[in-house]
Amino acid sequence: MSLEQISVFVENKTGKLNEVIKVLAANKLDIRAMTLADTAEFGILRLIADDTIATVDALRAAGCVVSLTQVLAVELKDRPGSLAKVLDALARAEVGIEYMYAFTSPKDDGAYVVMRVQDNDAAEKALNEAGIRVASKEQFYS
Amino acid sequence: MAQERYFRPEIECADPAQLRKIQDERLVATVKRVYEKVPAYRRKMEQAGVKPADIKGVDDLHKLPFVTKADLRDEYPYGFLAEPLENCVRIQSTSGTTGRRVVAFYTQHDVDMWDDCCARAITAAGGTKEDVCHVSYGYGLFTGGPGLNGGSHKVGCLTLPMSSGNTDRQIQFMTDLGSTILCCTPSYAHYLAESINERGQRDQIKLKAGIFGAEAWSEEMRRDIEQKLGLKAYDIYGLTEIAGPGVSFECSAQSGMHINEDNFIAEIIDPNTGEVLPEGTKGELVFTCINKEAFPLIRYRTRDICVLKREKCSCGRTLIKMAKPMGRSDDMLIIRGVNVFPSQIETVLMNCGYPANYQIIVDRGSNHTDTFDINIEMTPEMFGDTVRDVASREKELVAAMRAMLGISPKIHLVAPKSIERSEGKAVRVIDRRKI
Repeated sequence: MSLEQISVFVENKTGKLNEVIKVLAANKLDIRAMTLADTAEFGILRLIADDTIATVDALRAAGCVVSLTQVLAVELKDRPGSLAKVLDALARAEVGIEYMYAFTSPKDDGAYVVMRVQDNDAAEKALNEAGIRVASKEQFYS
Repeated sequence: MAQERYFRPEIECADPAQLRKIQDERLVATVKRVYEKVPAYRRKMEQAGVKPADIKGVDDLHKLPFVTKADLRDEYPYGFLAEPLENCVRIQSTSGTTGRRVVAFYTQHDVDMWDDCCARAITAAGGTKEDVCHVSYGYGLFTGGPGLNGGSHKVGCLTLPMSSGNTDRQIQFMTDLGSTILCCTPSYAHYLAESINERGQRDQIKLKAGIFGAEAWSEEMRRDIEQKLGLKAYDIYGLTEIAGPGVSFECSAQSGMHINEDNFIAEIIDPNTGEVLPEGTKGELVFTCINKEAFPLIRYRTRDICVLKREKCSCGRTLIKMAKPMGRSDDMLIIRGVNVFPSQIETVLMNCGYPANYQIIVDRGSNHTDTFDINIEMTPEMFGDTVRDVASREKELVAAMRAMLGISPKIHLVAPKSIERSEGKAVRVIDRRKI
């Protein structure tokens, strides 16, 4: 099952990222995961928030350009080779990956990989067949 | 200094009273003809309560109504045509663009008249039939190439119809065939100069004169080009609506451009009231064509801000001189020789589905080439979650801008509400060029 990721347009200028993050702080919004893609001119801040709706509302109210994307989160063991299995399964099913980011979880030796793939359903099916668990919303936020 | 040459000494150095007589006769005949042949003029004159009989000479010119670019747009394409199409042999068109395109028609007489004007410019720059005239203005709908090409033929120069671009080939022809006169935009002349010097080929070129126009350039740039190419640089002015380059041209004095007054009458008006201003006053330049058959515009408002002065010129010409235009009375920008209206950028954004706020920034780089940047405030419609999406939309925008404007801007996507506003209104244009 997929998760909602918030993408925010950020100009590639000193202080611009801080402006966005300050909005989150001021509204006491917590984030689970984030990554920043950059080009010479602009960046895209991608984040998974505890409260997606409140976060989007706050960012829009602050004048940010925001979009929502369905991404997949996969729960892994924090061990060498775990990620390779995931990518193998996707490659076999010929599902392309646009981007991904990973983070470890403080509890029970776990790690998460968040991926934007070409086809969420096909990816989920391929991962299930390979015995890899796609994290549910509840798991991810727990 | 070389002896001053004239292509039409009887006109260029005419007694002012005699020239005035030619103007009077031609104006009266032109007004009568357009009143009879062009419904748009008849309508305009009737609205203004003027009859052809009221126009007895140049002194009555102020009674006639103006023609504006908007009129040309409303009457596009044939509304101001004063000859049957079967008598026309050519069209030229402005660099413009949807909604603003102007198509000008020429009979053979008109082409000859225009070529004659350009021949005067080339001769004033020292051109003779011994010269090799290298024309690097664009050929096609743009008047630059065809105009100087025609003038060069009239003078009898060996004409190199190079058109613009392909710098390697330009320099090769220049060195192999010994070009002596270069005709192009000043920014392209500067670019060629840099390229020639970088390649260490300065001693292989034989240029003695350059005829540079179609965009604004400074005295500093003139000296720079002159020094880098070892030539004397002459300014030339014109606009498609009136003929093309050669409406006025510079002489050896390099202190303003002589207007070909036997063909065009110039006035300076107050752009707000339309009132004619005395000679020497800064105002909007207005032209009346008095020696054209197909497309003789009467009191056409150029929107160029300029000064006229009639003085005894050291070159011997008596034709009135206009200063280099100092700006525009509308929001048009001339960037790399191309006319750009901010409204066109708005149209592109709308057509692409982005109701975005924008700002144009024009500057002149150290190499004298205009930089053209557009900041566009990001909108949700333009935004995607991958760099690829955003980059491909940006690329589409650049292509659409290029199709609309004829030149490619550099686009910068900026944060919403980040474009500076003065009194709540976005500042649309920042022109940092110091010309």
